[in-house]
Amino acid sequence: MTLRVTLRAVLVGILALTVVAGPSVARVQAAGEIFIPLLVYRTGPYAPNGIPIANGASDYFTLVNERDGGINTVKIAFEECEDQYDTKQGVECYERLKAKNPVLVNPYSTGITYQLIPKAPIDKIVVHSMGYGMTASADGRWFPWVFNFPMTYWSQASAFVKYVAQQEGGMDKLKGKKIAHIYHNSPYGKEANPTLEDLARRHAFELTLLAVDHPGQEQKATWLQIRRLNPDWIYISGWGVMNQVAVKEAGATGVKMDRVVGNWWTGTETDVIPAGDAAKGYKSMSFTAPGAEFKVHQDIFKHVYDKGKGAYGNDRAKVGEVLYNRMVVNAMLNVEAIRTAMTKYGNKPLTGEQVRWGFENLNVTDKRLEELGMKGMMRPLRVTCENHEGNGLAFVQQWDGKKWNVVSDWIEPIRDVVRPKLEAEAVVEAKKLNYTMRDCAKEK
Amino acid sequence: MSDLLYMVLVAPFKDMAGSPAFLVEVLIGGVFAGLMYSLVALGFVLIYKASGVFNFAQGVMVLFAALTLVGLLERGAPVVVALALTAAVMVGLAYAIERVVLRPLVNQPQIILFMATIGLNFFLEGFGEMAWGANVKKLDIGIPDRSFIVRGVQINELELTAAVTAAVLVTLLALFFQTTRIGLALRAVADDHEAALSIGIPLKTIWVVVWSVAGVVAIVAGLMWGAKSGVQFSLSLIALKALPVLILGGFESVPGAIVGGLIIGVGEKLGEVYWGPLVGGAIENWFAYVLALAFLLVRPQGLFGEKIIERV
Amino acid sequence: MIYREAGQFKTSYASDQAVFPIVQDRVFVLAAVVAAFVVPPLVAGDYWLQAILIPFLIYALAAIGLNLLTGYAGQLSLGTGGFMAVGAYSAFKLTTAFPRLSIIAVFLLSGLAAAAIGLLFGIPSLRIKGFYLAVATLAAQFFLIWLFNKVAWFTNYASSGTITAPDRTVLGVTVTGPNATAAARYVMALAFVAVFALVAKNLVRGRIGRSWMAIRDRDIAAEIIGVRPLRTKLLAFGISSFYCGVAGAELVFLYLGSAETLAFDINQSFLVLFMVIIGGLGSILGSWLGAAFIILLPIFLTRLPHGLGLTMSVALQKQIELMIFGGLILFFLIVEPHGLARLWQIGKEKLRLWPFPH
Repeated sequence: MTLRVTLRAVLVGILALTVVAGPSVARVQAAGEIFIPLLVYRTGPYAPNGIPIANGASDYFTLVNERDGGINTVKIAFEECEDQYDTKQGVECYERLKAKNPVLVNPYSTGITYQLIPKAPIDKIVVHSMGYGMTASADGRWFPWVFNFPMTYWSQASAFVKYVAQQEGGMDKLKGKKIAHIYHNSPYGKEANPTLEDLARRHAFELTLLAVDHPGQEQKATWLQIRRLNPDWIYISGWGVMNQVAVKEAGATGVKMDRVVGNWWTGTETDVIPAGDAAKGYKSMSFTAPGAEFKVHQDIFKHVYDKGKGAYGNDRAKVGEVLYNRMVVNAMLNVEAIRTAMTKYGNKPLTGEQVRWGFENLNVTDKRLEELGMKGMMRPLRVTCENHEGNGLAFVQQWDGKKWNVVSDWIEPIRDVVRPKLEAEAVVEAKKLNYTMRDCAKEK
Repeated sequence: MSDLLYMVLVAPFKDMAGSPAFLVEVLIGGVFAGLMYSLVALGFVLIYKASGVFNFAQGVMVLFAALTLVGLLERGAPVVVALALTAAVMVGLAYAIERVVLRPLVNQPQIILFMATIGLNFFLEGFGEMAWGANVKKLDIGIPDRSFIVRGVQINELELTAAVTAAVLVTLLALFFQTTRIGLALRAVADDHEAALSIGIPLKTIWVVVWSVAGVVAIVAGLMWGAKSGVQFSLSLIALKALPVLILGGFESVPGAIVGGLIIGVGEKLGEVYWGPLVGGAIENWFAYVLALAFLLVRPQGLFGEKIIERV
Repeated sequence: MIYREAGQFKTSYASDQAVFPIVQDRVFVLAAVVAAFVVPPLVAGDYWLQAILIPFLIYALAAIGLNLLTGYAGQLSLGTGGFMAVGAYSAFKLTTAFPRLSIIAVFLLSGLAAAAIGLLFGIPSLRIKGFYLAVATLAAQFFLIWLFNKVAWFTNYASSGTITAPDRTVLGVTVTGPNATAAARYVMALAFVAVFALVAKNLVRGRIGRSWMAIRDRDIAAEIIGVRPLRTKLLAFGISSFYCGVAGAELVFLYLGSAETLAFDINQSFLVLFMVIIGGLGSILGSWLGAAFIILLPIFLTRLPHGLGLTMSVALQKQIELMIFGGLILFFLIVEPHGLARLWQIGKEKLRLWPFPH
């Protein structure tokens, strides 16, 4: 009886503590630093993809602090917040870290991005959704605070079609060919569909759309249909376990792996591991080169890992993975945008407004890439007021059983198909948020 | 209107008749998928049958078993040793669950026990990930995920193995429950804890036994599913796919898990392949549940479930 | 000493049947409600309002809804996420089609839409009982989510596939949409849940609530004494879905701002069910307490390492948080299986006697 009473008292105590001590004030960051929050997912269903992303960011920002002493002497303060890829937890992380005056945020989740887009102009925090998020936000006239350079899903879809055409011998050879798009049944998965349908009409290829229900653990029915359809090319827009199962099923069904191309979130080391040898030949799109042979990696090893600050600890082999490199590029772009802003506003901790200007006037040249040790890892990039997508190019990489290799040249998206649709979509999305269009000419 | 009726009622059947080899492939695919679901459903059935608890944590147990197995294999243990050790871990887990969860909550209403398994679910989720990491792990059980063609019909080796394993496992379990003393005791316990206690059935031992067996079934399920998609967190979500199997077959029936699995698997695949394109695809998830629901309307306790005699 | 009923005599049926018969209760609750309306908007920061109080209020409403169905009427339902989705999407369609319609009316109408769907999916409950019914309601959950994903009409053909809350005003104050302040949204949510909680409390004390409880406890006996199972169960589904529908609309309009179907998936259903069970089945107060527990505890656990001065990786933190969360649920169920509401009741009874031991 007494034990019960004591236990009950303890329980009430815990509950009271929860209410009282719950959300306390966050630590204040040191002066003279610029704060970047990192929304990461190191646990939960998407952790296999979230871990390299989180580590890439941590390593690159540490590198800038260690090797360069910060961005023009202003150190980067960064803090991770675990959101398990859950939108609600992501928003909670964002709200909590807002107290530290962040200047930008990389949500790394389309769901969270959509939540943060309306908040960006109000909170004055730049949203950088590199290669994901709301495609229409590439029209900077409507979305001044959101950037998705260097490429969007629609451009990627057109680049994929161009690649297929290249492999088949020309755009005119697409006629009559069968292309299947296997996509995650969510807004993310469906992104490529309108563009693919448009191009299918223009170039007379047969497009079949096959949706896979979340989470995509069981795809037998989809691949049976693929077997019956016998397409010439397969494009996959997946995420999480859907990717691994798709690659495995592709192998099991006996399709030619070099005709299967995943989008840039469907082509990582994690996706091909379970399939083992059957995944050899699998291709995917990308806009950041894989591998650890670039000079920036040597810098990372020297200044970060040798000093014991590497996010992977002793497991250096993982440095250079697809998503790791992608985030390193992302982090680099963040840093360069801040640096650009500093040329106008001075070398001090900047505000979100100033960093936004930096993003919009970002111009990463070939020469700069070489200085950074990233030549070849990414293409030069120029962002303008109207075009928050930049002028990025994609390429195709292929898995050889041990690593990803670049197997194509840089492919230009079919911009005159994509851009008009994008602009129309931007008008629709902006109307929902009651935005007015900027006049970029006036702002110069 | 008649166009719509034609598309729904006639065209799919014509399609089926038009390419019979493909139809057989779809059926076989359905059978295999269904048996894979049954593997998971079996765990639920065992625990419900013997402790009256709907074990929400079954999916996580499958994940945990697979994680332990792969973790041991990665550390260089030979396959047999790894399997034995994993089985030992699951038995240990069963002991712990009996001591911490079941014993204090003996004879509480079902919903409370269900909630306790939810707590267990969260705990194992965090613990499994903490102990073994969150990365995808490849699980190689020595059977290639290749397909071979038999008379124009493609059959997958891995799935065939899973199907055979499931069938064997179910037969063994059914025999166990029907013919052994422990099996009888388990059924008694499922009926009424207190009555079973009063006639001298050692409740604690029974519970440890049944949760251990469910744990071993979880290992097998984890093996098969993990070989298909790599061992990762999403494995725990398979439990959701097994639920329609459970309700169709009945919560307390081991053969029900198999029959339910077959019906759901085949129904799902047929629905998705032949009727799915009409509505844009990806109907598998709810189709399985609607199918199970349809069966339930005819037999509210599932096909093989125990009929509840209700008294005023 | 404080909590004494001695000297409080009821002189009319009305006062005897009041929701809070004890004066101290009434005063306390009234003060709490007034304080809730006044204090947080003035004092609490954006973070408190946005990330804690608003979701708490919204989930409290959903929990009350589910408690009516599962706690009072005994029908275990796992379709809460789906019904919330119906509320959210109908609110979106209504307000974009009729921008001048008051957002309060929009919420109520979307609740009605959800109620209609709830009625439809409640029909199997006449035949199916217990856990089987729960799994059958999952059919509703998955089907509704698929429907909203598939039929572009629901999102007004947005290629992003998400619904966004537009700016809407009540009495001149913007309460939804990106320009609404957290305080305005908070007051809106609080108003809704306060009113609906009162309605629910009265429902369960009256004839309808009693017929639900009769069905829950002994449905055959209930039928024999004249409670009509069809009507009662369907009414339970309908009203519960109404509550969940309004909560779903609030989730998008007052909390998230925009949502895709993933926000309403099966995890939502489980979350609300946990709140109801932890809070206490068959108790309106329990729904509040359960919602508070489930919302606050993870945040507290995330802050704890900072508070204790420990640094550990966020991943490890999250994993330990999960373990502690699960452990607490277990601990808690062993100590008090009937939920937080029962704890509160015990507390009140102790208070009545305090400072005397018995």
